Amino acid sequence: MPVNTLKDHKAEQRIVSIRVWLALVFTILLVMVLISRLFYLQVVQYDELATQSEENRVLLQTVPPVRGLIYDRNDRLLATNRSSQTLAIVRERVEDLDQLLDDIARLINVTETERSRFMQQINRRRPFESVPLKFRLNDEQVALIAVNQFRLPGVEINAELVREYPESDAFAHSVGYVGRINERELKNLDPALYTGTYTVGKIGLERFYEPVLLGKPGYQEVEVNARGRVTRVLSRVNPIPGKDLQLFIDTDLQNAAIKAMQGRRGSVVALDPKTGGVMAMVSNPAFDPNLFVTGIDYATFNDLNTDIEKPLYNRATLGEYPPASTIKPLVALGLLDNNVVDKNDKIYDKGWFQLPGSEHRFRNWNRKGDGWIDLNRAILRSNDTFFYKVAEKMGIDRLHDFLSQFGMGRSSGIDIHEERAGLLPSTEWKRGAYGQPWYPGETVIAIIGQGYMLTTPMQLAELVTLIANRGKHVEPRLVKEDIPELQSPEWGEDIELDDQHWGLVIDAMEKVVSYNRGTAYWRIGRGLKYRMAGKTGTAQVVSIPQGEEYDAEKLKEFERDHSLFVAFAPVEDPQIAMAVVLENNNGAANVAREVMDFYLLPKLARAEQEKASAENKRTAQ
Amino acid sequence: MTGQDFVRQLNEGQGFHRVPDWSERLHIDFMLIGFVVIVCGAGLFVLYSASGQDMSIVIRQAVYMLIGFVGMIIIAQVSPRLLMRLSPWIYIGGVILLIAVLFMGIHSKGAQRWIQLPFIRFQPSEIIKLIMPIVVASYLSKRQLPPSIRDIAVVLILIGIPVVLIARQPDLGTSLLIGASGLFILLLAGLRKRLIFSAIMLAVPSIWGFWHFVMLNYQKQRVLTFLNPQSDPWGAGWNIIQSKIAIGSGGLYGKGWLLGTQSHLDFLPESHTDFIIAVLAEEFGLMGCLVLLALYALIIGRGLFITLKAQTLFGRLLAGSITLTFFVYIFVNIGMVSGLLPVVGVPLPLVSRGGTSLATLMAGFGLLMSIHTHKTFLGQSR
Repeated sequence: MPVNTLKDHKAEQRIVSIRVWLALVFTILLVMVLISRLFYLQVVQYDELATQSEENRVLLQTVPPVRGLIYDRNDRLLATNRSSQTLAIVRERVEDLDQLLDDIARLINVTETERSRFMQQINRRRPFESVPLKFRLNDEQVALIAVNQFRLPGVEINAELVREYPESDAFAHSVGYVGRINERELKNLDPALYTGTYTVGKIGLERFYEPVLLGKPGYQEVEVNARGRVTRVLSRVNPIPGKDLQLFIDTDLQNAAIKAMQGRRGSVVALDPKTGGVMAMVSNPAFDPNLFVTGIDYATFNDLNTDIEKPLYNRATLGEYPPASTIKPLVALGLLDNNVVDKNDKIYDKGWFQLPGSEHRFRNWNRKGDGWIDLNRAILRSNDTFFYKVAEKMGIDRLHDFLSQFGMGRSSGIDIHEERAGLLPSTEWKRGAYGQPWYPGETVIAIIGQGYMLTTPMQLAELVTLIANRGKHVEPRLVKEDIPELQSPEWGEDIELDDQHWGLVIDAMEKVVSYNRGTAYWRIGRGLKYRMAGKTGTAQVVSIPQGEEYDAEKLKEFERDHSLFVAFAPVEDPQIAMAVVLENNNGAANVAREVMDFYLLPKLARAEQEKASAENKRTAQ
Repeated sequence: MTGQDFVRQLNEGQGFHRVPDWSERLHIDFMLIGFVVIVCGAGLFVLYSASGQDMSIVIRQAVYMLIGFVGMIIIAQVSPRLLMRLSPWIYIGGVILLIAVLFMGIHSKGAQRWIQLPFIRFQPSEIIKLIMPIVVASYLSKRQLPPSIRDIAVVLILIGIPVVLIARQPDLGTSLLIGASGLFILLLAGLRKRLIFSAIMLAVPSIWGFWHFVMLNYQKQRVLTFLNPQSDPWGAGWNIIQSKIAIGSGGLYGKGWLLGTQSHLDFLPESHTDFIIAVLAEEFGLMGCLVLLALYALIIGRGLFITLKAQTLFGRLLAGSITLTFFVYIFVNIGMVSGLLPVVGVPLPLVSRGGTSLATLMAGFGLLMSIHTHKTFLGQSR
């Protein structure tokens, strides 16, 4: 090579050699840098990084308890937990969240609500915690996600226990429902108890018995991989499942009551007079509580919430109605007990009553008047004039004191939180509420259960139960087992009255149904196979406390009278006591008859059969 | 002949008349091969653990290693002279391949680095790793040392074309390494101190230019994340945080083979490719790392020895560049995994999974052996 000859090879090699040695020095220096870096991490920072590695690996996981189930008196499930597939996303594993959500939405339907709820939640979760996007996936949706899993990083399908209400709307207002824990609840709930639990009882039994239904979470130390997937369990303390509840509710009876109401607005409450157990509690119309469990979408909720018929509203305990004539048996007891009226006292009813010095006529419902009438007859005819005449002698405060023994004007203490106290007026109350004295004319309308007086169907059922029990107190309860820390009776003294007085009133109530002059006889009295005691009532609707926009047709309908009926049966051994309220409608007595027939007839037939077979045995012997 | 005189001068004290032993005739350097085999063997152990005890991955890697060894020995047979003669053509061929990649390369993991041939898909940038030092060494060895400004400019252009092409693929790591391997030759060739100093002064604006015109957003992101991994602990910072935890939690003696939780529970990303050193560090501790570094040091030492003993300028420049580039691989890889350097995709030589990187490294060792074993032949043939 000619080029080589021109070059000073030796000098060149020397240059390179020097540079190579220099490079070696640099290399050694850089290796020292690496070694000191490794030394720093593995020796100096060892404790800290070893701890972090352990924290990475070991996760203290809470194991949410299984929520207690709710059974009716015949062990039928009213609230259960069903395993359901939930689509959840781990934020840390997603590059473009919006893109991913769009991709998912192309595969399965994701509503705006689901998406916005998800976006809210995604910002307040622990790192690597999965956030649910869509619940209750069906098999097809699960399959669609599964086959596309490879292009949906961060998406997982988890099995979750979701509350389910197999009876749907039948128990919307008694059993209630659970729903996602919201921001406000999050602040008040004990985080130790609710880790891993996403729902909380919102209304009804689910809310009232939340502390016992919830149970206690367990925890486990698990080894997890970077995707948060558990690879093994290191130690575990099992959760304590929530307590199951058994109710007095009889699902068949409840459904019979719903059927009897034929979709009319109103309420049926049936109590077992022996125990106070609520055998049926209907508020119609109702809604499907399953809609709320995993989060209801706004449109559906808005429809329910603004529905003129108020399906969300528990009429049985929140609905306040004038008791109207259903109060008369109690008033009669009060009159007798206070010696205002003797059972033999008679008055003449010409169809109306006037206070002395007043031109205003208080009319009987029967404009023609019932003629000479005593207390017994005044009840069975539901004669207003009789009560008008004795009103002033009784006086509002004595009436108030007597009626309050029956729980009027106070919460019944039923074991759900949604309850109103009704209103039992007195002079003191009126001074407090209006700053006005009580006027005599107000007593006259109060004594027939109109005016200020308001009761809930639950209270009406309670007071008819007290009559059926002749004053023996029972607490209205949905849940069979005593849970004293949650169930606190609002009232509970037995009512001591002359037994003859009870007899007179119950006899009159029986005649309401069975005597052909009784107000309910033509409706329900014929063909009755057991002895029923009842009392009709018709409440005038003065104003409607409902929203604004409805059409004239509806408005007229909402101004019609409410129909009420309280009853118990059989008279000789009361097994069911009930109150029925039909709003702006009539036929409450018919509903009661249908429900009672449904409940009592098979029982009576069975008893008959047993008696007959016992008889046969005896004759055979 | 002057040529012969020259050769004699060079071989003074090296036993010019010595009969080449059989290893030289086979063009094999047993010391180098021995060290490489040890590192490869150790690498298979670590890979077995890092792959989650997936024997098929280990076997495949072992097969790559065997193929690599065969390739290494074949390349060792090629005389440096031939390489020098061919260097302009392989350079042009390499650049054409790189351009082809940009137009018809296969997309994979967001990058376009591959060319698909009927039986094999390969990464032209890997071939450039070999071509670059050959070309630059060949160019400079024909010029007067230390290189003139004009030569430096030519070399920089020779380096610059493939570096920019590869950076756009995008493959920042490879592009920087290839640039480095070219620059090493300039440095070895006696680049004047004044120029080195001004290059450092020039580095500031050129880094600025690189940042703004060459680097892609995700590459910038990596650098930013490197500077502050906690800024995005669940995103880009995750890798570096987790690999530091893996290394640190290994302590002095490690958690034991197959017992590293960081890698086995998938906290460690890319645990059997670029981040495999963290698996080693976690399971074998500082001691394990030092042993591996010592083995690497032996290979590098042998490489530098070959460099110093090389007969020709071309051989020296090429051997020096290959050896230093090999070291840079190790330094950049361990540096990035331990959080000293930004994360650029550089595998750990001979240990990380992957056939391409292995093939290139083995070929490089083949060149080293060729340089070392062809000298006496050269002398005798003339």
